[in-house]
Amino acid sequence: MRLLDQLRFATAVLARHRLRSAMLLLVTTLGVAAVVVLTALGQGARGYVVEQFAFIGNDVLVMLPGRKETSGGLPPVTGSAARDLTLEDAQFLLRRLPQLRDAAPLVIGSAAVSYQQRSRDVFVLGTVPGFIELRRLKLAQGSNLPAGDWRRGRPQVIVGGKLAAELFGSERPIGQWLRIGDSRFRVVGVLQGRGDAMGMDLSDVAIIPVASAQQLFNAPSLFRLLLRVQPGTDLERVRRQLGALIRERHQGEEDVTIVSPDAVLEAFDEVLLAMTAAVAVIAAISLLVAGVLVMNVTWINVSQRVAEIGLLKALGAPGGLVQRLFVTEAVLVAGAGTVLGVLAGYGAVALLRGLFPEVPFAPPTWAVVLAVLLALLCGIGFALLPATRASRQAPVDALRSGGA
Amino acid sequence: MIEMRQICKTFVLGEQPVRALNAVDLHIAAGEYLSVMGPSGSGKSTLLNVIGLLEAADSGDYWLDGEEVGALDEEARAHWRRRHIGFVFQAYHLLGRLTAFENVELPLTLAGVAPAQRRRRVGEVLQKLELSDRASHLPQQLSGGQRQRVAIARAIVTRPKLLLADEPTGNLDSRAGAQVVALLEALNAEGITLMVVTHDAALGRRARRRLLLADGRVQSDEVAVHTEAEASGRGGDAPCAS
Repeated sequence: MRLLDQLRFATAVLARHRLRSAMLLLVTTLGVAAVVVLTALGQGARGYVVEQFAFIGNDVLVMLPGRKETSGGLPPVTGSAARDLTLEDAQFLLRRLPQLRDAAPLVIGSAAVSYQQRSRDVFVLGTVPGFIELRRLKLAQGSNLPAGDWRRGRPQVIVGGKLAAELFGSERPIGQWLRIGDSRFRVVGVLQGRGDAMGMDLSDVAIIPVASAQQLFNAPSLFRLLLRVQPGTDLERVRRQLGALIRERHQGEEDVTIVSPDAVLEAFDEVLLAMTAAVAVIAAISLLVAGVLVMNVTWINVSQRVAEIGLLKALGAPGGLVQRLFVTEAVLVAGAGTVLGVLAGYGAVALLRGLFPEVPFAPPTWAVVLAVLLALLCGIGFALLPATRASRQAPVDALRSGGA
Repeated sequence: MIEMRQICKTFVLGEQPVRALNAVDLHIAAGEYLSVMGPSGSGKSTLLNVIGLLEAADSGDYWLDGEEVGALDEEARAHWRRRHIGFVFQAYHLLGRLTAFENVELPLTLAGVAPAQRRRRVGEVLQKLELSDRASHLPQQLSGGQRQRVAIARAIVTRPKLLLADEPTGNLDSRAGAQVVALLEALNAEGITLMVVTHDAALGRRARRRLLLADGRVQSDEVAVHTEAEASGRGGDAPCAS
């Protein structure tokens, strides 16, 4: 039988049994689309976590007071150290180490922020103007904190977008005075977007000069010190030098922990791996379900057409050709379903991206390839099995029973 | 045309082996018209399967048109079916999704005949069977008699030497049945070997030669090549391995 005739024969069957063809198509489409979407979700979540750390940047080291081995665990969130890590330490490091491009000390606390009758409890960050650039934040309105001596407190504040909206409503926040704890601060800028990092939503914080925060929270020690190195610097070397300098200032003790983004990511690697594995399992299950459905429909299809198979054989088709005809049908449906599934999957992913722009949804290539291969294999394999069985049957008996 | 010697075919139904054909000897000359009758389970359909090369016998020899075909593989048997054998069934077995033309064309399509040649031959056959005006109809738009005539057209479009008809009038009223029988007999008169399997005694009696099967054996053969005594005497249980 000519190839073109085989194709025409198969398409005639599909066109005739629209409902069944549509069902098979739908199942295959859903199966493939499910894999694409699920793995895109997993990959997106993974990417999101990675991005949370990416704020640190490849050129940023984080120093925190207290000594803690970073291998095999997260860095301490609240370190209590024998000696404080102070603003003077930060300035000393910046002066002594030319490889350091910038530094942003961080003091953190929670305080009631109020404007007129409205009040909210939020995190208050004490830092320096360089923090905005270091953290790659953008201002929606106004300007950064004024530069100048870090040790001088000033009554100026940058508020997150959400906080600004809740406190000021439709009023213009820039230039307004608000109260943090017992002090008054003038709003100089409003942050753009969420810019969340490590679980903290920066749209819901107030950022004030570091000295003001130290005063406010009575905290002589820094919570963190973010250090940005010059481009192309060996992070590990800078890390050792930083340790040496701290020992020099802290009576011979290196009582700080220096974390590089790689170390943090490493700590999360296991979690991320587990997540990827879970996604792969979910994807496999959804494909398996699709495969079983395809098998059912195909099996019913072939069983209903035993008479037709007998007829084709009586008309001189060898068993192999009968098999090929059924497989051609399956290939057409599985192929179309796979293409539609990939398209639908990517469409859904695009939609998700539109809804949650901060999460980088994208199906991994291996998952898409695997989904396509498995869908084709399921469709064809499950058609081949009953078709082979049916093509071996004695035809006249099937034809005698009437029907068809 | 057909020469069968000691053909045996056994099925296992559950635990029980059923001897569908028990040492059948049969000689059919080219151009013969014979009917095969017998109760259900007498082996008629198995005989049809074996003669039509849809199934191979377990043992025995089968010559078709002077060639030994009993031991051919599926591919070769399919080749013979395409070339030499036409089937007509009680339930017509036209494919509902194809027009009358396409149904008649199907054996040629399966055989890989070029489209132009297919169209020409189908056109000829439809004209001969006075179905030209029904060519583009789907089976469901045709009467039973017309459907069976389309099925016969399909059976002869490959110009076979042997036409096997299994209850060809079983689903038809007497008038349509008579037309179909007349058509089959006309084809026989043109030289095709015609074998009709039927329950209908009246139809069976129309054939010059009447075969009666019972329990997998030829019980009677009215235009005898082998006598009934020979057929059963030579048979027995011995030649069939079961």
